[in-house]
Amino acid sequence: MDRDVTDQELPLLSDEQMASFVARGFLRFDAAVPEDINAQFMTEAGEPPEATAGRKLYSAYGEFLAKNAIPEIAPGTALYEAYPRGGAVERLLGLPLVRGALRSLLGEDPIFDHHFLHVTFPTRYHEAQGGENVSQHTHQDSTIDPRLSFDVQVMYYPHAVTREMGGTRFIPGTHLRKVSEVALGRYQNIRGQQHMVCEAGALLFLHHGIWHGGGVNRSDRTRAMFKIRMRASGSQKRQWAARHHPRAESQRPIFYLKRTPPQDTVAAILMRPEPWFEQDTGRLEFLNRIKLWRYLTDDPTFDADYWMTRVENGVTA
Amino acid sequence: MGQGRQNVLVLYLANSALDSPVIGWARYNGAGATRHMSGDSDDPPYASGLDALRDGWRLIQASQLLPHARGEEFDLAYLKYEFFFEQWIET
Repeated sequence: MDRDVTDQELPLLSDEQMASFVARGFLRFDAAVPEDINAQFMTEAGEPPEATAGRKLYSAYGEFLAKNAIPEIAPGTALYEAYPRGGAVERLLGLPLVRGALRSLLGEDPIFDHHFLHVTFPTRYHEAQGGENVSQHTHQDSTIDPRLSFDVQVMYYPHAVTREMGGTRFIPGTHLRKVSEVALGRYQNIRGQQHMVCEAGALLFLHHGIWHGGGVNRSDRTRAMFKIRMRASGSQKRQWAARHHPRAESQRPIFYLKRTPPQDTVAAILMRPEPWFEQDTGRLEFLNRIKLWRYLTDDPTFDADYWMTRVENGVTA
Repeated sequence: MGQGRQNVLVLYLANSALDSPVIGWARYNGAGATRHMSGDSDDPPYASGLDALRDGWRLIQASQLLPHARGEEFDLAYLKYEFFFEQWIET
């Protein structure tokens, strides 16, 4: 861990980055992890055994996970005490960018939930056991989760991922929907879906609810992605570099506009639709984003484009 | 089995009208060797449900429009406008 950066000096997320996370459910940082940590991680993770005819792929996978240097950790452990000092993951979690983002999203002292090394095998592994090489069904992790607060999942890409290798597929803006894990597996493709193609050292910070799945690996090498889930131990309110004071912000004109409004304000970011939005429920997505922003800013009066004001008018009459 | 195979197309539309835009899609082929799967295309096969009809797909199921339960009006879960189509391929 980088002990030279104090909590006061952490590069916290901006209002605009937080608003984007609230609206889209993810933040992506390319080239966030230096090459020496990526190389150390790949050494600690090890190489899965080569495909062997007749050998069950997932039993070989399990043996590989059991033997590598990534530790077993109990849920509920303090995140920054969970990993061995000097190990690749401990060093990754000590990067100022990572600490600043986690502090902004989760507040002080996040708690470890679980981690996993996701390895996606090329076709020859599947053929060796007579199986089929297919992508993972799109799903939401864990189970139905009706909270307004959220956990964060960090996805770490320790080596370059090409489109041929598949990459994690995720659909921006799906995180506020309350669904039951892979019940949505039928949705093969959704407009606006993204595939995580990147150089080594990329990080995704995800809201726990975002819909995602592993892409099929058509290359000739295995693909690895390391995921850590973590939760807050205290307040998540205004933990970032919050400058935004919603009460001081007047409503921007809507519908009948003389000119294109600024696109970089918190309201504009929260009101930006995704390509997959249904025409009616897209508006409910806006309402749910406003509710989450109210929660995080601790301001129950915040509104954008009058969506909440309109439906709340007269509710106490 | 019989002398044919079923291909299935599922379209998710932007509203309940069949001529509204496609926002999501899935394909399952009982005929032929093409294996569709999650994440296999970023562009929809048709612009609308109507375009699928015009290309010979037969609509076999459409999602219902249901009232919104009191207290849950703003809750969102699954995609709302789901249309199942089929093609019967003689073999």
